[in-house]
Amino acid sequence: MEFLVASAVGVLTAGGLYLMLRLRTFPVILGMSLLTYAVNIFLFASGRLTIGAPPILSDDASLYTDPLPQALVLTAIVISFGMTAVVVMIGLGAFLGSDDDHVDDLPDAVDDNTRGAP
Amino acid sequence: MSLLIIVALPFFGALLPGLMNSAGRSACAGVTFAVSLAAFIGLLTNLPMVLAGEVVMARVDWMPALGLNFTLMLDGLGFFFALLILGIGLLIIAYARHYLSRDDNMGEFFTYLLLFQGAMVGIVLSDNILLLLVFWELTSLSSFLLIGYWKHLPEGRQGARMALMVTGMGGLSMIGGMVILGQIVGSYDLSVILQNRDLIQADPLYVPALILILLGCFTKSAQFPFHFWLPHAMAAPTPVSAYLHSATMVKAGIFLMARMWPVLSGTPEWFYIVTSAGLITMVLGAVIALFKHDLKALLAFSTVSHLGLITMLLGTGTAFGAMAAVFHILNHATFKAALFMSAGIIDHETHTRDIRRLGGLRKLMPVTFVIVTISALSMAGIPLLNGFLSKEMMLEAAHDTVLFGPHWLVPALATVGSLFSAAYCFRLIDHVFLGPVRNDYPAKPHDPGAGMWIPPAILVVLVVMIGVAPFLAEPFVKLVTASVLGGAAALPEAHIKIWHGPVPALFLSLTAIAGGLFMLALFKPALRLWDATPRPEAKTIFDSLVEAIAKLSRAIILPLHNGAFTRYAALAAVVIIAAGFHAWSTGSVGAATRTVQTAGPVAIAGWLMLVAATAGMVLMHRNRLLSLILIGIVGLMVSVGFVFFSAPDLAMTQFTVEVVTIVLLLLALNFLPNITPVESTVLRRVRDTGVAVAGGLATFALTYYYLLRDAVGTPISEFHLANSYKGGGGTNVVNVILVDFRGFDTYGEIIVLGIAALLIYALTETLLDGPVRARLLNRLPDQPRAGDVHPMMMVVLTRVLMPIVLLVGFYIFWRGHNAPGGGFIAGLIVSIGFVMQYMASGFTWTSSRLRYPYHGVIGAGVLIAGLTGIGSWLVGKPFLTSDFTYVRIPPFDKFELATAALFDLGVFLAVVGAVMLSLESFSRLARRAHASDSEHPMDIDPSREGPSSNATRTVKQGG
Repeated sequence: MEFLVASAVGVLTAGGLYLMLRLRTFPVILGMSLLTYAVNIFLFASGRLTIGAPPILSDDASLYTDPLPQALVLTAIVISFGMTAVVVMIGLGAFLGSDDDHVDDLPDAVDDNTRGAP
Repeated sequence: MSLLIIVALPFFGALLPGLMNSAGRSACAGVTFAVSLAAFIGLLTNLPMVLAGEVVMARVDWMPALGLNFTLMLDGLGFFFALLILGIGLLIIAYARHYLSRDDNMGEFFTYLLLFQGAMVGIVLSDNILLLLVFWELTSLSSFLLIGYWKHLPEGRQGARMALMVTGMGGLSMIGGMVILGQIVGSYDLSVILQNRDLIQADPLYVPALILILLGCFTKSAQFPFHFWLPHAMAAPTPVSAYLHSATMVKAGIFLMARMWPVLSGTPEWFYIVTSAGLITMVLGAVIALFKHDLKALLAFSTVSHLGLITMLLGTGTAFGAMAAVFHILNHATFKAALFMSAGIIDHETHTRDIRRLGGLRKLMPVTFVIVTISALSMAGIPLLNGFLSKEMMLEAAHDTVLFGPHWLVPALATVGSLFSAAYCFRLIDHVFLGPVRNDYPAKPHDPGAGMWIPPAILVVLVVMIGVAPFLAEPFVKLVTASVLGGAAALPEAHIKIWHGPVPALFLSLTAIAGGLFMLALFKPALRLWDATPRPEAKTIFDSLVEAIAKLSRAIILPLHNGAFTRYAALAAVVIIAAGFHAWSTGSVGAATRTVQTAGPVAIAGWLMLVAATAGMVLMHRNRLLSLILIGIVGLMVSVGFVFFSAPDLAMTQFTVEVVTIVLLLLALNFLPNITPVESTVLRRVRDTGVAVAGGLATFALTYYYLLRDAVGTPISEFHLANSYKGGGGTNVVNVILVDFRGFDTYGEIIVLGIAALLIYALTETLLDGPVRARLLNRLPDQPRAGDVHPMMMVVLTRVLMPIVLLVGFYIFWRGHNAPGGGFIAGLIVSIGFVMQYMASGFTWTSSRLRYPYHGVIGAGVLIAGLTGIGSWLVGKPFLTSDFTYVRIPPFDKFELATAALFDLGVFLAVVGAVMLSLESFSRLARRAHASDSEHPMDIDPSREGPSSNATRTVKQGG
C-alpha cells in the first residue's frame, strides 16, 4: 500500500514536471495541477496511511487517523483552485491579447520570425 | 513638551500640507510653518533642563528583545542640532512660500520637507543607535524626494538618484558598524555606548566598526572621495539646497561624528582617517568652488570645503578642535543658509545663476547685495563677522596638529584652503554685484518682496551679532562642546574672542585674506590654467562604475533568468532535487519502523487507473480536450484514494473542486487552441524527461521512506483528537481544526481565496476594456457551435436538481461539525448548483436573476467570519475563541449551537462567492465573444411562439 501511494506521488510529480516544461500555457497549467495533486497527497501522507479510521469521534472507534494533515490539505485543495483560476486567467489574457500562448518570453529578435500564429 | 511629541509632530504634520493644498498656497505654507513652530516651541520648553546640564529622556519600548527601543535623548548637542534644524526650517518654509511658482505642487513639497525635518530631528534626538539608523535612512529617502522634486528636470532626477545611491550605501555600511558597536558594548543605547570608551577601543573589531561608521558619515557629509553627489543635488529647488546643505542633511554625518566623538576619537586610526579626509575635502572643495560659474555650484563646493573643515577639526581629537567644530557648525549654518537663499533670490529675479552673465547688481538689488556681502565676508573670515572667529580657531587648531611627520603640512594646507575660500567669497561679491550695470540680464533684476529677503536677513543679523559679541554665543558653544566631549576630555579654557593678540593663527588668517584678494586679481589667467588642466569628472566615473556593476549583474542574472519560464522551472526543479539528494546522501536514514500494509485488488485497480491517466496525459497532451478528460480521471482517483485512507472530508472537497476546475478549464479552452503543436526538439524532450523522471524518483523515494517510519516527534494531533469534542464541541476533528483550533489560518485562507477571485474579476475587466475587446467581438469560433445551446432536457433537469442541491448543501453544512462536511464543501456544492444553471440557460438569463453581486458575497463571508472572531473580544477572550451550547426546541432532539458554525457560514459564503466570481468572469469573456446569448431559459419552448425561427437563427449565426 505504501509503495502504491509513494509511486503515485512519484508518477504525478514526473508527469507534472514534464508538462510544466512544455512551451504552451495549457499543458503548463495541467502540469501544475498534476503537481498540486502530488503535493497534496504528499502532505496528506505525512499523517501516514490508515484505513477505515476516519477522524470522526465516536464511542465505538478506538483508532483515528491523523486529522491535522487532512485539515491542512483541505484548505490547500480549495486554495489551489483559486491559484489555478488566476493562472488560467493570466494565460488566457495573454493569449487573447497577442494570439500567442507561448509561456517563454524569447528575445524580440527571434519573436516574429520563428513563430507564426498558432 | 515630551521629546516623543517633538519628533512625531513633523511626521504627523506631513499629512496636513497635502490636505491644505486646495485651500491655497499660503494656507499650505501656513500649516507647515505652524507644525514646525509647534515643534520648535516644544524644543524650547526643554531649554531650562538642557541649560542646567540635565539629559532629557523619553522612552517607549518597541522591540526590547532586539534591543530596539524608541528611546530619545536631549542633551546640549542634540538641542543644538534640533535648534538649527527647526529654526532654519522655519525660515526656509517662509522663504519657500515665495520662492515656489504657481506650477509647483506646494502640498507635495511641504509634505516632503516635513518628513525630512522629522527624520532629521529623529536622528539628533535618538538615544538608540538602531532607531538612529531608521531615521538616518529616512533622511536619505526624504532627501531623495526633495532633491528630485522637479521631476521634469533630468538633472533633478539624476542628482536625486546619485544622492540616494551614495548616501544609501553609506547608510548600509553604517548599519554594519553600528551593529558591531552594539555587539561590543552589549547595548544599543547611546547613553550606554558613550560610557564605554575603553571597552570599544580595546576591541579587535574597533577598526572595522570605525571604518563602517565613518563611511556612513563621509557619504552623508560629502567628504572626499564621496563629495561628488552634493553639487549634483543642486538641481533641487533652492529652498531645498539651502535647507539640506547648510544646516541639516550634510550635517548629519558631522553630527554623528560629534556624537560618537567620546568613544571613537583619540585613536591614531580616527586621527589619520578623519583629519586627512577633512583636510583633502577642505582644500579640494575650495579650489573647485573658485572656478565654478554657477552660483549654486560655487556654494555647493564651498559647502563641501567647509564640511571638510569641520571634519578635520573633529579629527584632531582635541577638546579645542571639538569646540572649534561646534562653533563653526553654528556659523556655517547661518551664513551658508543666507547665501543659498540669496542665490535663489538672484536666480528668481534675474533668471540666471551663471556668474558670467551677472555683475553690477549692487545698484539694482541693494538689499540682496547687503545680505550676500555680509554673509560672504563672514565665510571669507573677515573680522567682526562670525566666520572669522571660527576660522581663526580652526587655524589655531591646525597649527597644533601634526600629520604624517612635517609640522608645516596641516597649517599650510589649512591656510591654502582658507585662501581659496576667501578668493571665491570675494569673487562672489565682485563678479555678481560690483562692476558696471549690464544691459543684457535675462530678466530685469530688482529686489524681491519682503517674504523672500527677510529669512536670510534674520540669519545675517545673527552673523553680525555673533561676530561682534562672541561672548553671547560662548556659553552655548561651551555647553554643546561639553556634551560632545562627554567627559572624555576636559572642556577647553580658551574663550572665543575677536582679538587674541599677535598669535600664529592671526598671521595665517591675514595671509589667507591677502592671498584671496591676490587670487581674485589673477582670476582670469588662473581660470585659463584651470580650464586647460585635465581633471577627472566625478560624475563620469560614477556613471561608468554604476554601468559596470549593472553589466556584471546582467551577465550573472540573464543566463539564469532570461524570460523563459521553462528555463527557471527546470532550474528550480534540478536545484531542489540536487539539494534533496545531497541531504539524503549525507544524512543517515533509520530502519523502517512501520509494517507495510498489503494492498487489495481495489487499491491496485485505482492505482493503475491513476498511473494510466497520468501517462496518457503526458503522451497525449497535444490533444487538449483529451488531456482535460484524463486529468478528470486523475482527480477522481485522488478523491477515491482519500476515501480509502480515512479522509472523507478531503474526498468530498477534492471531488467538488474537481468539477469546478474542469468547468473552468473548459471555459478557457473555449478560447485557446485545441491542439498543442509540436515545437520542442527531441533533445529538449529528452532533457525534460530526464528532469521529470529525476523529480518523480525523488518524491517517490521521499514519500516511501517516511511512510515506513513513524514521526520523529509526537504530533500535536493527539491534542486535537482529545480536545475536539470537549473544547470545540464537534466530533469531526478535521472540521473543528479548520473552524476552531486553526480558525485564524482558515480566516486567512478565505481572504486569499477572495483576493484571487477579485484578481480574476479585475483581469477580466481590464481585458474587456482594452484592445482584447475588439478582438473578441471579431473572433470567429474555431469549431462549429452546437445548434441546441440551451437544451430543454438540461434546463428542466437542472431546475429540478437545484432545490435538491441546495438541500444537500444545507445538510452538508450543518452536519459538518460532527460528520464529514462543513463550510468549504457546502460552498463548493452550492456553487456547482449555480454553475449548472449557467450551463443550462446561459449567462444572460442566469445573471438577470442574480440578486446579489458575488463580490458582496465574498465580502459578507469574510466579514461574518471576522465579526465572529471579534465577537469573542466582547467577552474578554482572544480573537476567534469559540463557544458552544446545546439547546432543545421541541419537537426536535437536542442540538448544538456553536459560534464556530457562524464562522463556518463565513467560510461557506466566501467559497461560494469566490468560485462563482471566477467562473462568471470567464463566461463574461465568452459572452463578449459570441453575443447572441438568448435571454430565454431554453432554446425551444413550446409555450413561446415561432420557436423554429428562433432556433434556425441561432444555428445560422453559429451561436
